[in-house]
Amino acid sequence: MRLTVETSAARLVGRVSRAARRGGGTTLPGKLLWKVDPDAIDALAARLPSGVALVSATNGKTTTSAMLARILGGRYQLAWNNSGANLASGVASTLLSSPSADLGLLEVDEFALPEVMRRVQPRVVSLGNLFRDQLDRYGELEHIAERWRDGVATLSPTSMLVVNADDPLVADLADGRSRALRYGLDDPRLARPGLQHAADSKYCVRCGGPYSYAAAYVGHLGDYRCPACGHARPALDVAARAIDLQALDASAFDLVTPAGSARVRLPLPGLYNVYNALAATATALALDASLDEIVSGLGSVTAAFGRFERISAGDRQILMLLIKNPAGANEAVRTLEEGGVPETLLIALNDRIADGRDVSWIWDVDFEPLLREAKSIVVSGERAAELALRFTYAGFSPTQLEVIPDLREAIDRGLDLTPAGGELGVLPTYTAMLDLRAIAVSRGLVRPYWEETP
Amino acid sequence: MKIRVAHLYPDYLNIYADRGNIAVFERRAALRGHALEITGVAPRDALEPSAFDLIYVGGGQDREQALVAPDLAARGDAIRTAVAGGTALLAVCGGYQLLGRGYRGRDGSTMPGAGLFPHETIAGDKRLIGDVLLDVDLDGRRTTVAGFENHAGRTLLDPGATPLGRVVAGHGNDGASGYEGCRVGAAIGTYLHGPLLPRNPVLADWLLGRALVHAGGTGELDPLPDELERLAHAVSAGRARSRGGR
Repeated sequence: MRLTVETSAARLVGRVSRAARRGGGTTLPGKLLWKVDPDAIDALAARLPSGVALVSATNGKTTTSAMLARILGGRYQLAWNNSGANLASGVASTLLSSPSADLGLLEVDEFALPEVMRRVQPRVVSLGNLFRDQLDRYGELEHIAERWRDGVATLSPTSMLVVNADDPLVADLADGRSRALRYGLDDPRLARPGLQHAADSKYCVRCGGPYSYAAAYVGHLGDYRCPACGHARPALDVAARAIDLQALDASAFDLVTPAGSARVRLPLPGLYNVYNALAATATALALDASLDEIVSGLGSVTAAFGRFERISAGDRQILMLLIKNPAGANEAVRTLEEGGVPETLLIALNDRIADGRDVSWIWDVDFEPLLREAKSIVVSGERAAELALRFTYAGFSPTQLEVIPDLREAIDRGLDLTPAGGELGVLPTYTAMLDLRAIAVSRGLVRPYWEETP
Repeated sequence: MKIRVAHLYPDYLNIYADRGNIAVFERRAALRGHALEITGVAPRDALEPSAFDLIYVGGGQDREQALVAPDLAARGDAIRTAVAGGTALLAVCGGYQLLGRGYRGRDGSTMPGAGLFPHETIAGDKRLIGDVLLDVDLDGRRTTVAGFENHAGRTLLDPGATPLGRVVAGHGNDGASGYEGCRVGAAIGTYLHGPLLPRNPVLADWLLGRALVHAGGTGELDPLPDELERLAHAVSAGRARSRGGR
């Protein structure tokens, strides 16, 4: 009875909020529901006949969920939080607005995960990676891992736990569990020469000794082994081999699974997206998807908004890649390097709560390859000056650098500096990305994210 | 001149962009014709602190800090001797805590420190997080220092100890005393990162100057334009005033 009353009130708020254009109205009804009746999530999840799949990670949860939506869209009607509203209130909103769905597909914020796990009793949980991210909000990695461990303890023995075997802290959460799928990369040709500066979990989860890596792929993700105690990456159930990275366009790889193997062409760049594809594959297998559905779903995926997006602006193009923490930003840099660094870059740093109020992380990003190649850089956002210091202390010439905190002016200046027919590389933090997209929407260049379909 | 820098545990203590502080030392020295010679020091490496003009200790996550704490504590006498002999030192966050007398956890466990700074740190239940602005007097030169703090420890200075500065906005050492950081000779310990030095060039030059004196120079440094530095400082200071300490 109570559920019905509250949910109709919350639905009404959703309509009002969307009408008022307050960010697509994605979380307000859920916030209301979450406030008046947090137990409603439990009931809303329980009415989904095929259950709920949860996806969490520091990096890649939105893209992994988008891949899953492609793979599962034909088999299930989804309750999917594709707007990125991934706190408990966003989960509530999504469940509320999808009364006829049969499967919940929910990306969940790392910090919110344990409570959401406990409440929705998921059929599958995918845990992707833990990188240093917004320490002012999330705290230290170990604390997140501990919270996740508490969440895993509430999982039913029949639920499937999907983990990235290449992340020691994450893989350890499935240690000894029988209902688990472990995925990882198996192609040492693509390993980095060494661990990057910002590599996090470099020390053995068992004995504290430094790991030695047969291959380090993205940050601290890789094929690790502790020489002191022998703790090592577990055997892989789902793996990618013979990976062929095709610049900014795609990657191809052999997808090896318990259900057989197939060659996949993934139309997204970067090794980090191969990790996302493996997470999606293992999760989809646990939801009864066939290998054919997985291969064709991955083959038709498009980037989640702002993560990697090309926007036409007259006779110039904008290539936008979200940056939000050192590991993710390093991969954005690597992607631009592989596709050819644009001559002009716009890099935007905000410090709102969703970006992290502490901007020190920009010093942990290896921006140097961009600084070597770019001819001009416009720095923007509320903390533009910090970016300017980051780049000039790295030796980038102040004469090639412009500090324009206002995003609207900065994008105009960036496009001015871009030759006709050329491409402006844009690297914004989360709220700067939302603002830049709003500018693009107001100029009719893209559609708002809440009107996007999978 | 050559400035000899010991960077302690760079593989363990690097959580708040500590390499930014090193980059600032390097570039500001180079712009004045001096060169940094940086030695990374790992646990169990041989180290003679007095042979260095500047020592840097960054911050780490709890786990990494616990891994290096015994090694640092064992070097306490040598570090105190070096600082008494004029070696400059900057310790940020975890490094600042570990260079005190010790850290007391909430479970009552204790971790001994190196005993350079006259303070003790006790774990608190709520982390002190946010932008900070300090009023600082560096040997007669009044300046402000702006940064970001994120610490669970409450650092209690001994009576008579010299703080780095007075808190204008933010939490500071313990959220109550109104003071932040600690100073012993040319050694500075602080919770402020951001990183600390890019937006606080006056402090960076003060430390470089003291290191140059130890290296046998005059410690005089030509002024730099610092336009971007002042801009970043102003934005950071504004953040502290509007939202620090909450």
